[in-house]
Amino acid sequence: MSKYRDRPDAIRALVRDTQVHKDLYIDQELFELEMEHLFANTWVYVGHASQVPNKGDYYTTTVGTEPVVMVRHSDDSVKVLYNRCPHKGTKVAGEVCGNTGRFFRCPYHAWTFRTDGSLLATPLKKGYDNTGFDSCEASQGMAPVPAVEVHRDFVFCRLNAHGIGFREFFGDSLSTIDNMVDRSPEGKLQIAGGVLRYMHRCNWKMLVDNQTDTCHPMVAHESSAGTAVRVWQQAPQGTPKPMAVELFAPFVSPYEFFEKMGIRVWDNGHGHTGVADSIHAAYSPIPGYWDRMVAAYGEERAQKILGEVRHNTIYFPNIMVKGPVQTLRRFVPLAADRTLVESWTFRLVGAPDLLLERTLMYNRLINAPTSVVGHDDTEVYERAQEGLRARGRDWINVARLYDPAERGQANFVTNGTSESQMRNQFRAWANYMTRTMQEVAA
Amino acid sequence: MTTSTSQQLIDFVYAEARLLDEQRFEDWLNLFTDDAFYWMPLAPGQQDPHLHGSLMYEDKLLLRIRIERLAGARTFSQQPRSRSHHLLQAPAIESADSDNGRYTLRTAFHYVETRLDRQELYAGWAAHELVTQGGQLRIKLKRVDLVNCDAAFGNINLFM
Repeated sequence: MSKYRDRPDAIRALVRDTQVHKDLYIDQELFELEMEHLFANTWVYVGHASQVPNKGDYYTTTVGTEPVVMVRHSDDSVKVLYNRCPHKGTKVAGEVCGNTGRFFRCPYHAWTFRTDGSLLATPLKKGYDNTGFDSCEASQGMAPVPAVEVHRDFVFCRLNAHGIGFREFFGDSLSTIDNMVDRSPEGKLQIAGGVLRYMHRCNWKMLVDNQTDTCHPMVAHESSAGTAVRVWQQAPQGTPKPMAVELFAPFVSPYEFFEKMGIRVWDNGHGHTGVADSIHAAYSPIPGYWDRMVAAYGEERAQKILGEVRHNTIYFPNIMVKGPVQTLRRFVPLAADRTLVESWTFRLVGAPDLLLERTLMYNRLINAPTSVVGHDDTEVYERAQEGLRARGRDWINVARLYDPAERGQANFVTNGTSESQMRNQFRAWANYMTRTMQEVAA
Repeated sequence: MTTSTSQQLIDFVYAEARLLDEQRFEDWLNLFTDDAFYWMPLAPGQQDPHLHGSLMYEDKLLLRIRIERLAGARTFSQQPRSRSHHLLQAPAIESADSDNGRYTLRTAFHYVETRLDRQELYAGWAAHELVTQGGQLRIKLKRVDLVNCDAAFGNINLFM
């Protein structure tokens, strides 16, 4: 009998109030169950509508480990289809992005599909007469993902046809995406500048956990951000502070800074660091930006939009959004011990180019495979992935500032060094892993 | 203006790679002008380092931070250290403005970086934009174009 398949009680037992079992990170069967259940029961980020601006534009990606294609249909709606020919299984869309015109054409046998997935034509169609083809699933074309929602151009899907609704799942957490979009004087974002792709030999959840781990920067990043501050201090008096130093330096702020910045926890595994303050709060103003914001929104509202300094917002299960920096990171699960991290950047339409330049610099300095901050983090994740193989300690501790009252709360703010958001993620993990699982009697 | 011969230019490129492989990073950094950049584009044929992402686009300050970090006692990702190996094709002189002491060279390379039991091979082209300062050749721009610059990579710790 397998350890976890068909055993929701065994899975729930892996998540305790203040500890989670190491199998969450190292067990390949659990990983496969995550792909079957967690990534099918939750609303998972697919892409941004600006990647498919025109009819027939498509973008290929994955939801969990399943290949999908996001496409702009002839009625201008955004569809998400499984990228699999219903005939022999070939991925129909081959490029990362492109324009397929009015239909997709499979490169293997030239079956064609409308951009909503429906079958358009097959060569030598007579060969299927009297074969019962119409009752085969292949006649239905490329399968559409059954539940798709577009929130302010952010495209999410739920693989299971039935389950929690989009609004109920995300609740107030959508306010982070809203704030990032509102930072454009035109209320519009565009994916821009390419994507950084960084391979990690560790479980995808280590990266998710790390996004709201505020007790590591001053330790793990002493080597990078700490060195940056030290080198900068040697510059002659009066030298203007370079943008790069401004981006690096807050990483080595003291514990007290992170305690005070606060964490907000929402239901269903979502939450963010940086409520009252954050490492993104003290960047130099970008010339011309404030005036454009005031012209668009008026002073009071512009102040409110830019006054949000949220640090990292987790949209459970696997993306993180930084409103003030206009980045989105997708933690792509490949195997229990392998994760691809994509770091995307946005242009605030109508804002000065220098904002995009700063966004790209941040992404390059912090999230690239060539980034010294990234090297610090990857080292500790990969050491943990190996360390967790050890016997004698089976649990990962997430007890910091635990309060039993937090369990029933859907929206609360607490000390910024609390691990409450990690605990929130694990509660959501156990919930969405087991919702659609049937206990099989031993 | 001191004029450099073809052989001197080519030798300069070889010597630069050797300094990296011997981890003589201070000497290496001294090869760069104060306003120099080290650029690793993210897209093939990329023209813009500012409004498009790059793997690296670093001025001398950022390069110095990297070098000092490599020597740091709490640089855990470099315990143990990475090592590198450059294999260069003969550098080609793409342009030479001897009157002003400015030259560009293009060098195909294979680069190996290793740490612990892992060894990664990268292939690409390095473009050196050289100027003459105080009679010495200096790097104003080193551009490193990986043949797979848009691929997913693990840690790239040192310099190509």
